[in-house]
Amino acid sequence: MEVDQVVPLPRLPRVAVCGGTHGNELSGVYLVRELLKLQREVMKKEQEEDSKPALVLLVLSNPRAMQQCRRYVDTDLNRCFTHATLNGPLSDMAPYEIIRSRELNALLGPKGSPEAVDLVCDLHNTTANMGLCFIGYSDCDWICLHIFRHLQMPDTPMRFLHFDVSNKESYSLDSLGKHGFAMEIGPQPHGVVRSNIYTAMKVGVQHMLDWIRLFNSGNVFEGGFVDVFTMVKHIDYPRDSETRNITAAIHPCLQDRDFCLLHPEDPLFQTFSGETVRYKGTEPLYPFFINECAYYEKGIALSLARKRCITIPAIRVQTEQEQQANEQGFASEEEE
Amino acid sequence: MESVSFPPLSRVAVSGGTHGNEMTGVYMVRHLQKEKIDKIGSVSVSTVLSNPRAVEICRRYVETDLNRCFTEALLNSPVTDSSPYELRRAQELNAQIGPKGSKEAVDLLIDIHNTTSNMGLCLILYSIDWLTLHILKYLQSKMASVEVRAIQLDIPIAEAYSLESVGKHGFAIEAGPQPNGVVRADIHNLVKEAVDHIFSWLQEFNSGSTFEGGEVEAYTLVKSIDYPRNPVTGEITAAVHSQLQDNDFKLLQRGNPIFMSFSGETVKYDGEDLYPFFVNECAYYEKKIAFHLARKIKLTLPPIKVTD
Repeated sequence: MEVDQVVPLPRLPRVAVCGGTHGNELSGVYLVRELLKLQREVMKKEQEEDSKPALVLLVLSNPRAMQQCRRYVDTDLNRCFTHATLNGPLSDMAPYEIIRSRELNALLGPKGSPEAVDLVCDLHNTTANMGLCFIGYSDCDWICLHIFRHLQMPDTPMRFLHFDVSNKESYSLDSLGKHGFAMEIGPQPHGVVRSNIYTAMKVGVQHMLDWIRLFNSGNVFEGGFVDVFTMVKHIDYPRDSETRNITAAIHPCLQDRDFCLLHPEDPLFQTFSGETVRYKGTEPLYPFFINECAYYEKGIALSLARKRCITIPAIRVQTEQEQQANEQGFASEEEE
Repeated sequence: MESVSFPPLSRVAVSGGTHGNEMTGVYMVRHLQKEKIDKIGSVSVSTVLSNPRAVEICRRYVETDLNRCFTEALLNSPVTDSSPYELRRAQELNAQIGPKGSKEAVDLLIDIHNTTSNMGLCLILYSIDWLTLHILKYLQSKMASVEVRAIQLDIPIAEAYSLESVGKHGFAIEAGPQPNGVVRADIHNLVKEAVDHIFSWLQEFNSGSTFEGGEVEAYTLVKSIDYPRNPVTGEITAAVHSQLQDNDFKLLQRGNPIFMSFSGETVKYDGEDLYPFFVNECAYYEKKIAFHLARKIKLTLPPIKVTD
C-alpha cells in the first residue's frame, strides 16, 4: 500500500461514549456524568464553529452495577455482545446484564446493521499499570488507529492493543458500533477515582471528539506507522488443586512492568512460601493486564502480546458523491 | 523511668479477611493454616479467617462492616438467624478468641488489613498500649528501609468497635497501597516480614528480655474530611487532588489543594496543620471520608519486661 494514497472513509455522524460498563471502574462513570452535564455546551460550540457536528451519545452502560459499585450484578456485561448472546432466546430469569446488553444493542446497534452508531468508545479502568490503552478487535481499522495516533498525552504512556477476534465472536460493547474500541486506563483500584487517571481519560475523550470533528470536516490525516500489540495468550496463577485458591502472587520483578518485554526464565510468580516461578515460554513477549483484579476469577494473571509496526494510510472523509456511489454499490450488491 | 511488667504473651491470634477483599491477610492466614502452624517457639498461634462469607465473594462485607461490630454493646446484644451475618459472626469470633475483657481472651490479636491509600506499613491501636508501642519500636529498628507508623484512635475499649479490641492486647496491621481484590507480592512480603519480627519479639519478651524505653511518634486521629458532594444525589463531585493523592503523612497546611472537581476546579484546605492518612481509601467513600487528619504526638515508652 502506498502511504501517500489517501483512503476515503464514510463520515462518522454518530458517536457513543460509554462509561460504567463495569460499575466499579469509576473514571468512565464520572466522566460520562460530567459530559452529560456539558453536553449542551459541546453541541452549541460545534454549531458556532460551523463544523459538521457529530451526534455524541453518552451512555452509562450498567446502572445497577454502578449503584452497587460492583463490576457486574449477575454476569460480566462486557462479554454479552456476541451475535449469539444478542439474538438467542431470552428467558424470564435472564441475567440482568443479558437484558441490558439487548437494550444497548437496540440503542447503539443493532450490531452489524447500517443503523449502528459509527463509533463506540467504551471507557474502562484497570488495576494494572497499563497507562492508556486502546483495545480493539482489528489491526486495520484506520479510524481507530488514526484516533490513537492523534492522541498526545504528555505524562501517560499510550499503547494500541489488538485482540484478534473475528466479528462473529467479538463480545464487548465497543463491537456494537461500525467502529469501536475500549479506552482502558490504569493503574486505578476499582471503586476509587484518581484525579490523574480521570484527567487523562477526559483529555483522551476530548482529543477523540476533536479528531472526529476534524475528520467529518474534511481534514486529511497523513499516513504513518503505529506499534500494535497483538494478544497471543494468557497465563493463570499457580493454584491449589483442591481449593483452586491461588498459591502465588505476581512476582515483584514483574508487578507494574506492563509492556516491558518478558524473556524466557524471567520471574513470573512468587509463591506464598517465597519461591520464584519462572516464565517457561520460548518466545519473548510483552505482558499486560498484569495483576488485574477482575481477572483472578477469569483465570488470568497476565496476558502476553507480540509487537508489530503497522503502516496506516492517509485518510479523509468521503465526499457526498463518493458516499452515494458507495451506497449504490451496496444496493446493487444486495440486488444481486 | 520505672520498668513496667506484663504477663507472658503465650496465646496469639492472627486474623485475616476481616474485610473479605483485603487479600494480604486472607492469603497469609490460608498459608499458615495450610502449613498447620500452631506454635512458634513459646507462643501458641491461632489463625482466623474472620469473614469467610465475604472472602468467598471477595467483598468487604456481606451485610454490614464486620470491623464495626465489636463494641461491648453489639457483642452482648441478642441475635437471631435473621440478624445481619456480620453481627452473628462477631459474636462467634468473640466466643472463639475472647470474650472481650475476660481472662480467657487471647493475649495478643493481630488483625491484617489492606488499604488503597499509600500508607506503607501502619499499626493501628486504640489507646496508648506500651506493649504494642514497643512492638512498633522493634519493627522500626528491624525494618529500617521501611516507614512503620502507629495510628492511635483515642477510644475507650468498651466502645472500641474493631476486632483487635477483643484480645487483651491487639492492633491492626494496615498495609498499602493495594487495590481491593488484588494481592501484591511486595505488600505481602512486607507484612510477612513484620509478622516474623513480631514473633521474634514475642519469643524475646516471653523469655525475660527487658526492652529499653525510648521515644516513639504516633499519629492520633483528630477528624475526617468528606468529598464535596452533590446536595441532591449525594454523589461526589470531586476527586482527591493529585497533589494530595499518595501523600499520606505529609503535613497538610492551609491553602494546600485537597480536591479537584470533575469540571477542573481546585478546592483548598482550610484548617490547622495536620497529617492526612487513609487518603482516597476505597471503602471510605460510603462512610463519607475522603481522608483522615491526625496530630503527631511523641510518646515516652517505659522499659518493659515479662512478669516473673
